[in-house]
Amino acid sequence: MPETFEIEVNNLNFYYSGTVHALKKINLTIRKNAITALIGPSGCGKTTLLRCFNRMHDLYPKNLYEGEILFQGINILTPDTDLINLRSRIGMVFQKPTPFPMSVFDNVAYGLKLKGMKKRAELSENVEKALHHAALWDEVKDKLHSSAYDLSGGQQQRLVIARALAVNPEVLLFDEPTSALDPISTAKIEELSQTLKNDVTIIIVTHNMQQAARISDWTGFLMLGELIEFDSTQKMFTSPSIKLTEDYITGRFG
Amino acid sequence: MLSKKNPLDMLFASITAISSFAVILLIAGILFVLVHESWPAIERFGIVKFFFDTDWNPVTESFGAATNVYGTFITTTLSIIIAIPIAIGIAIFVTEISPDFLKGPIGGAIELLAAIPSIIYGMWGLFTLSPIMSGLIEPFLKTITQDIPIISALFAGPPMGIDLLTASVILSIMIIPFTASISRDSFRLTPEVVKESAYALGATKWEVIKHIVIPYAKLGVFGGVVLSLGRALGETMAVAFVLGNNHRITSSLLDAAATITVTLANEFAEADKDIYLASLFYLALVLFVLSFITLAIAKFFLLKAERKYSR
Repeated sequence: MPETFEIEVNNLNFYYSGTVHALKKINLTIRKNAITALIGPSGCGKTTLLRCFNRMHDLYPKNLYEGEILFQGINILTPDTDLINLRSRIGMVFQKPTPFPMSVFDNVAYGLKLKGMKKRAELSENVEKALHHAALWDEVKDKLHSSAYDLSGGQQQRLVIARALAVNPEVLLFDEPTSALDPISTAKIEELSQTLKNDVTIIIVTHNMQQAARISDWTGFLMLGELIEFDSTQKMFTSPSIKLTEDYITGRFG
Repeated sequence: MLSKKNPLDMLFASITAISSFAVILLIAGILFVLVHESWPAIERFGIVKFFFDTDWNPVTESFGAATNVYGTFITTTLSIIIAIPIAIGIAIFVTEISPDFLKGPIGGAIELLAAIPSIIYGMWGLFTLSPIMSGLIEPFLKTITQDIPIISALFAGPPMGIDLLTASVILSIMIIPFTASISRDSFRLTPEVVKESAYALGATKWEVIKHIVIPYAKLGVFGGVVLSLGRALGETMAVAFVLGNNHRITSSLLDAAATITVTLANEFAEADKDIYLASLFYLALVLFVLSFITLAIAKFFLLKAERKYSR
């Protein structure tokens, strides 16, 4: 029986504003309940690739995809893809914490409310579950109704993760989630990602190679819009097959 | 700090310092003149009595500010009520909805609207808007409200087109560009990535505007509204054309009235007695204080907005 993949990227090309060729013929596969890291020097296209998975590029005019991304076997790059639905199944966490201008509780409940959940009890239950899941409950249970801005940066980032988790996504996209955080908060989020992968598939973009080595199962190395090498993290960091990968990982450039 | 040794630097420093202090001096000077000139009236009518007295009668030399304050209050409030939804609508369209190629022209048009001298608004108001108001809009409002108990009182009397309502409409058109551009700037304060986060949770454009952009911009928009209020308070020419000059407090928006500014513009030339003149200065002082308070409130909220979200 062939291995089943959560996401398959086939011959993906991506053009910003229809002209800037940012991703070139990308082919890779994302395994279910694993953490896949995307690494590479600045401007290599790793974030661009990440933002293809939830069609974030559609927010800006004239961006163009070619090829296909199969999510559980269905191409999500077709024009008739329901983006609202797609984005509630593939969540995203950004570089800087992005709490909304509302209370801690309302932040986490936001996605649920969008999906039409109205009952207070049901919302409370799910919010609590998500906050537990994001390892934040104990720190915020007494200030659920104060502003999300009152939390520390690390707490805000876990709040954002809880917010993404609340709607039960199947995939989580992490765009350098710890680059704005201190080492302790970073450690907490890395630890968290290990427990999360039991329930969700994680794709993480990171600048920090040690982070990729520490937490991921699979690693893709991109440069100038091309996927140079994709393999298990262990293989990539011990015996990469391509010289360029080795040079980057050992810090010879980038 | 600029070097104290270089004489050119010192010259430059003193020029900038003098210019800056001149502003403070000017304000103090204006305030002094207002208080000094209005002193006879302040002595004669007091503060509370002047503010609440509805009698403005040059013949009997009895002067109270209430009718003017009332006219200013009604036109300002009404114009703000008309302007806010339109201005916010414009701001939302320009920042969130409009395609890029339209943003420039619309922004330019709004700024042009703000650049039109107010006397032109006044002329347009008198010759174009006023007939439309008296011929079409006011009769329509009268008809649809005639059976509603309290509301119908607002539109009582013959529709003349020279009244509180017309003045408020003109005023609202004048402050729309101002409110719209401040709201637009506030909406732009919303970080792109926070909006993206909401989209990433499956929010639609409207949900993002409603739940993220507007709450983010709330304080800034409020500050902008109060600043527009300050502008509406002080506007004279456009209002003078279409308000009539009627020192009476009326419940109907279809009655002529007077604002502080209109009274000042109309009556200085005919103020033949000292107490009349002093009362006009007193009225100007009231306007000065009202504007100052509005500006202070606006600054307070704009500052709060900046501090809250500038991290």
